[in-house]
Amino acid sequence: MTTAVRAQAIRKRYGDFEALKGVDLEVPEGEVFALLGPNGAGKTTFIEILEGFRARTSGEAEVLGIDPMKPDAKWRARIGIVLQSAGFFETLTPLEIVRHFGSFYPDPLPAERVIEMVGLSEKGNERCRSLSGGQKRRVDLALGIVGNPELIFLDEPTTGLDPQGRRQIWDVVRNFTALGTTVLLTTHYLDEAEQLANRVGVIIKGDLVEVGTPREIGGRQRATARVTFATRGALAGRALPEGLALNREGDVVTLETFEPTQAVAALSRWAEDAGASEIPELSVTRPSLEDIYLQMVAASEAEGTSQ
Amino acid sequence: MTSIPRTAAFQPNAPRRHVRLALERTRIELLTFFRTPEQVFFTFLLPVLFVVIFSTIFSGEIDGPPGAETVQFSQYFVPGMIATGIVSATFASLAMTVSMEQHEGMLRRLSGTPLPRSAYFAGKVGLALVTSFLEVVIILGIGVVAYGVKLPTEPTKWLVFAGVFFLGVASCSLLGIAYTRLIRTGSSAPAIVQPPYLILQFISGVFLQYNQVPGFLKAVASIFPLKWMVQGYRYVFLPEWVAQDDYGGGWQVEKVFIVLIAWFIASFVLARVFFRWNRGQNG
Repeated sequence: MTTAVRAQAIRKRYGDFEALKGVDLEVPEGEVFALLGPNGAGKTTFIEILEGFRARTSGEAEVLGIDPMKPDAKWRARIGIVLQSAGFFETLTPLEIVRHFGSFYPDPLPAERVIEMVGLSEKGNERCRSLSGGQKRRVDLALGIVGNPELIFLDEPTTGLDPQGRRQIWDVVRNFTALGTTVLLTTHYLDEAEQLANRVGVIIKGDLVEVGTPREIGGRQRATARVTFATRGALAGRALPEGLALNREGDVVTLETFEPTQAVAALSRWAEDAGASEIPELSVTRPSLEDIYLQMVAASEAEGTSQ
Repeated sequence: MTSIPRTAAFQPNAPRRHVRLALERTRIELLTFFRTPEQVFFTFLLPVLFVVIFSTIFSGEIDGPPGAETVQFSQYFVPGMIATGIVSATFASLAMTVSMEQHEGMLRRLSGTPLPRSAYFAGKVGLALVTSFLEVVIILGIGVVAYGVKLPTEPTKWLVFAGVFFLGVASCSLLGIAYTRLIRTGSSAPAIVQPPYLILQFISGVFLQYNQVPGFLKAVASIFPLKWMVQGYRYVFLPEWVAQDDYGGGWQVEKVFIVLIAWFIASFVLARVFFRWNRGQNG
């Protein structure tokens, strides 16, 4: 497997402010990688360095084997870029714009097909000024893929869209990644990273603090599971089972455990003895990516204030 | 993936590709322009107003030497209106629209693609050629129909007309693109573009007879293309004796062309050096 993006110790300094503090990253071909981070963490700066839009202060970078500080037309033809925000073509139609951009590339996808892929077939011949925000974002996406790129950069593809619009964009990205295209995306939505990415990198204050699959990031799969249920109905007033570190608050009982399966088995025996066929409100949860992420951000803030 | 043979065969600098993209950019520029009615209206309104106002206010004649034919004021001012109309459709219009495209991030979008910079320039010049041509037709049309402006009959004068037109449009368009470097925010564009253009109009003799312009201002005007465009067009539309009065003895058509060709080359270099796809960044 070859590497699509390789970054080593990337630093970016604006005067006294260090926007990137030495970021390392390798994205193999065919992977969907999400850079996750709060606003101002350096996500866009980093992705724009890789897109060849910004110069880095120091470090080494290679995108499809080329240093992005020396972009040429051949290299540009192999990557697709969806910017966070860019000017729009109010008086042209989506089909006209996509066809126009396609003409810049050596082997573009047919404009009609691209418009169909992004779900704009019905709006293909309407002036862009009449499109909704979500539809315009899909035109952005269409312009990023019309050149049939090997690598796509997506900078906050769904920021500002409603839930339905976000899901539509996700479907388009999934259709494209199913063909083996490498994707590097930035987002501050955790569900987006979880939905789309093979791997996630958490970037906070210019540092890539952790990289892993959405499942394992932050030691998530090693963390304890939380079992909760309510003591109602037949269970009301019953003595809790012994041997489990249960925590009661009113009629809600919680338990933190590394062995949730055994805990649930013990609980169901206990409930059966009490004559209850169902344990009310039983749930087993692991910390969400969001919990882990917020912990990381909080830890980094605490570190920042103690310095 | 089929990417490897495809990119290997891709020749971004093939001349045919550059020509094809220059035409494609011109097509999309024209489409965008003519779909913006406000822009079309105001681009062509200004020169029309100028011709009407000037020809109405200055309705007299300029007396020549004894025996020579007199020249109507409208005949005298129309060539200047044509020249300044071209500068408005090229330099002023492009400096403003290009800087708007820069600040709105439109150019950033284009710069992320394999589109060559020259094709972007070519599209802008192509648009300016079409709008300038229409502007000239409108000004001449009104001049001839409403104010008795006489068109030249000698073919050489029409050749000079065409030469000054193409050189003027190309250099002023490229100068407009280069000039965007001085525009720091999108909203300040008109304030930065209009003053030099207005001043040049006065000192180049667009609104007055050139012999009324003080000598040191003539020296300043002679540096820039507008003065030479006005002079070239006056040669096309006016008798020889006017040059005696206004341009120190002759029309100096050769000098007009030398200066305009020099400006064409210089403006191409300036556009390449000063143009940025994107502002506030190092791109």
